[in-house]
Amino acid sequence: MSEAPVTAGFDGPIAIDLLTDPAGVPRARAMLQRAQWAASAFARYDRAAVDRIVAAAAAAGAARAREYADWAVRETGFGVAEHKVIKNLASTTGLAQAYAGHDYVTPRVDPAARIVEIPRPAGVVLALTPSTNPVATVFVKSLLALMTRNAVVVSPHPLARECSADAARALADAAVAAGAPDGVIQVVDEPSVPLINALMTDERTNLIVATGGVGVVRAAYSSGTPAIGVGPGNVPVFVADDADLPEAARRIVDSKSFDNSILCTNESVLIVTEAAAGALLRHLQRAGAYLLPPEDRDKVRDLLFPGGHFDTRFVGKDATWIAAQAGLRVPGTSRVLLAPFPLVVPEEPLAHEKLCPVLGLTQVGSVRHGIGAARAVLRLGGRGHSAAIHATDPATIMEYGAALEVLRVVVNAGSSLGSAGIGTGLAPSMTIGTGFFGRSSVGENLQPKHLVQWTRLAYNEDPAVGFGDFTGLVPWEAPTGAVPPYPVASNLRDHGGRPQTGHPVPANKTPGQDDRGAAAGPARPAGTPGGTDADMEALRAEIRRVVLEELRGIVGDGRG
Amino acid sequence: MAEELIAFPSKAEMLDRSRQFWNPDKTQFWMDSGVPLVIDRREGYFIYDVGGKRLIDVHLNGGTYNLGHRNPEVAAAVTAAMQRFDIGNHHFPSLARTALAEALVNTAPPGLTKVVFGSGGGEAIDIALKTARHATKKRRIVSIAKAYHGHTGLAVATGDDRFSTLFLADRPDEFTHVPFNDLAAMEDALRGRDVAAVIMETIPATYGFPLPAPGYLEGTKKLCERYGALYIADEVQTGLMRTGELWAITKHGIAPDILVTGKGISGGMYPVSAVLVSEAAAGWLSEDGFAHMSTFGGAELGCIAALKTLEITCRPEIRSLVFYIADVLGRGLRRIQSAYPDWFTGIRQDGLVMGLEFGHPQGAKFVMKRLYEHGVWAIFSTLDPRVLQFKPGLLLTPDLCAELLDRAEVAIAAARDDAGSARPGGRPPALPARGTTPGAPGPRESPARRDPPSAGPASPANGRWVR
Repeated sequence: MSEAPVTAGFDGPIAIDLLTDPAGVPRARAMLQRAQWAASAFARYDRAAVDRIVAAAAAAGAARAREYADWAVRETGFGVAEHKVIKNLASTTGLAQAYAGHDYVTPRVDPAARIVEIPRPAGVVLALTPSTNPVATVFVKSLLALMTRNAVVVSPHPLARECSADAARALADAAVAAGAPDGVIQVVDEPSVPLINALMTDERTNLIVATGGVGVVRAAYSSGTPAIGVGPGNVPVFVADDADLPEAARRIVDSKSFDNSILCTNESVLIVTEAAAGALLRHLQRAGAYLLPPEDRDKVRDLLFPGGHFDTRFVGKDATWIAAQAGLRVPGTSRVLLAPFPLVVPEEPLAHEKLCPVLGLTQVGSVRHGIGAARAVLRLGGRGHSAAIHATDPATIMEYGAALEVLRVVVNAGSSLGSAGIGTGLAPSMTIGTGFFGRSSVGENLQPKHLVQWTRLAYNEDPAVGFGDFTGLVPWEAPTGAVPPYPVASNLRDHGGRPQTGHPVPANKTPGQDDRGAAAGPARPAGTPGGTDADMEALRAEIRRVVLEELRGIVGDGRG
Repeated sequence: MAEELIAFPSKAEMLDRSRQFWNPDKTQFWMDSGVPLVIDRREGYFIYDVGGKRLIDVHLNGGTYNLGHRNPEVAAAVTAAMQRFDIGNHHFPSLARTALAEALVNTAPPGLTKVVFGSGGGEAIDIALKTARHATKKRRIVSIAKAYHGHTGLAVATGDDRFSTLFLADRPDEFTHVPFNDLAAMEDALRGRDVAAVIMETIPATYGFPLPAPGYLEGTKKLCERYGALYIADEVQTGLMRTGELWAITKHGIAPDILVTGKGISGGMYPVSAVLVSEAAAGWLSEDGFAHMSTFGGAELGCIAALKTLEITCRPEIRSLVFYIADVLGRGLRRIQSAYPDWFTGIRQDGLVMGLEFGHPQGAKFVMKRLYEHGVWAIFSTLDPRVLQFKPGLLLTPDLCAELLDRAEVAIAAARDDAGSARPGGRPPALPARGTTPGAPGPRESPARRDPPSAGPASPANGRWVR
């Protein structure tokens, strides 16, 4: 409780704080309990009902892809709205299409193995989403949860909480309108470190899916709750002599500039053989890359890595803005700044992850040296994550893939989208499993199968023991109305428990409709700061700075 | 805890002293009823007998423990408040009372603008009735037969004779009782235009939660308007989200002139009750604000508990939980009912307000006893012992609901055999018939007044002292 504010003659605001839990924690715990109920209902839905819900939620997200792209850029200051539209579409209708033929609901029968498998959802999934890739990650995790009949509680990164929360609610509303149980998607409005810790360790959380920096992933794994954590990348891209150099250059520049390099799958260090370097550089410049002369390179390095650590102010900013900040004049068409350096070693800042369109560049004498350099890049960070190669000879590509400690290597494609399964055969996802190399339990791109497990009915292998005919046996069913139904008094219901016609349920009485509204109870202390928009903007910037400082150590840099 | 203040050599000895120093009849009644419960620890929806037996509480003292026993958030708020506040001085404007009054008005049905505080439900009912009399300058109060609104001076006269005649507190000249669900009788009572107020529990708890027939409450409200009487909604048991709305009366589209809340409003941590009054009825608060005084009314620690309780209860998540729990328990109970339709004859349900009807005049007592044996505490309806009050909490988990239904199914089946006479050719009831006639039933959350001890079935727990 605060100190006594009331003294003789005092006439200022009076506020007595009786909260003993960190702000928002009790409400978030209530969300988990609601999610628990939602999950228990959802786990019995049949496939047709699930398909309808997924389609409706995906369509709702896609319909607002542009709005959320603009909003995310406005709120976080990161990235390129145009590119976020692409990601938002890929993460909604694109994702739904990608898994349209899959079934994570209906039991599978394998008479040869004498096994029947019944899908069982995780239950309550806690989704931690990043600031860099906020809305698309909310979309992906929510839709994967819906596909597998899980309830999800989204805890967005504080820097992106408003757009993330609104996006989660848009999907929630659409899903519930399509028949999903109430509370199937919920979102924490005031994320904080104590709140995230409380949610991660709560026994009602069945699975944590954490996207972010090393800190948040380690915290997830330390919570005692089953977790899928994926960490940061630091993507080496190797261009071999036999690559299609003009195409490689175009793909690299497109990928490195995509959403201003905010995806954790973006190329970080370009490694090229000396033989190919000259031609590749010309093509890179033609595609929109600007090669920094050594003294300018130093200015950019000092700017991005003051004291040797990446300054998060430059996350997702465009190339010309960064150049201007460094006091350089570069062509206005520059999409990527190429920063050459001689050796991939820990003390070379430019060899580390850069979530902005500055691409490290180093030359090597041979394929073997190129592989060595790529391995060195991954020793600095991004183990288990992604790499890229532009080459023709399968032997080179195989050698590269077998040598690098990553779990995906995109070949002759941009890594930003390619490693996220857009434009490659990988699973489309904004959450990239870094596997054992990256101290994660999942090595693939996050996909529905990671959120569901299977109860296996295993028959006696002796053929003399009959194997049952499971044809058409499905233990699930479609809901017959709102889940849960409005509690109509029993004398207004028929024997099946449904409201009788003639006694309609009050139209405005569905749970969740007022989720955004503040609950009743203690009036909030007066004294909300007023002031001009500029004041508010400055205040917001300051809050952002403070939050970032607080979170950096514990939650990492909010990377995706 | 000052254990030296609470020390007994045994449970039996403790019960002897309870009979000697506290309430001989009540103490003995529970022994005879097969519910030898002395509650020790309590947490969430569990209460523990001093012998360690765990019970799921679906009595909740009429919703007092809606949010569970010792809800951690409410307990923390009260603990924090005790570093600064105590009961307070009832004469002065108070931070906590003002904040709670505003919070109650902000969440109330439309038109309720002032709050008067009491220390318990009975006092709050008295305040409501006095307020109505002041506003209308009329004296007569209409309530339903078998009503229960408390035991204080005016409240007791609104209720069943059992509690008033014993103390010579019945006032038939001023208090009219009409049958429930009978609009014609209601109109007859109001027609003389001498009625200050109709007071009505939205679902009469102690009468076994008989549900208002479609249109009954709405019609009563219209009659009140026609004949110049106020409508007082007693929401002590039906309020606070138990029906899926904060106040059950809003499900009927009724804006009452006065609304009374108590019990669950302060989370079972510190007693407080409140009367919400429309501006038109609140005249005495401007005319003579000292006209009703209560040292403990609106005690500040109670207000803090209530503020926190109301804040929790109004979270959108909680409303959703109520919908889920009501649905799962309703379906589970209907499933059980379908197995014993001749015995488990009906389910009255509005959200988490439930009355389970059994095909024997004392049916709910058999079920209560078997539920107790099987780890569930639920109480029969004092004014209709056929009906078991089944009042689950707002925060139940799916697992605990499943466990509750498992236990209920076994207990209901066992009680059916006990009440053999409920079926043709069965044996006579083992428990005495009591509480079915005026002068017999017991208080709101207590069972019927005990008739001379009967040869009821001995509880396995009787005589056992396991500590």
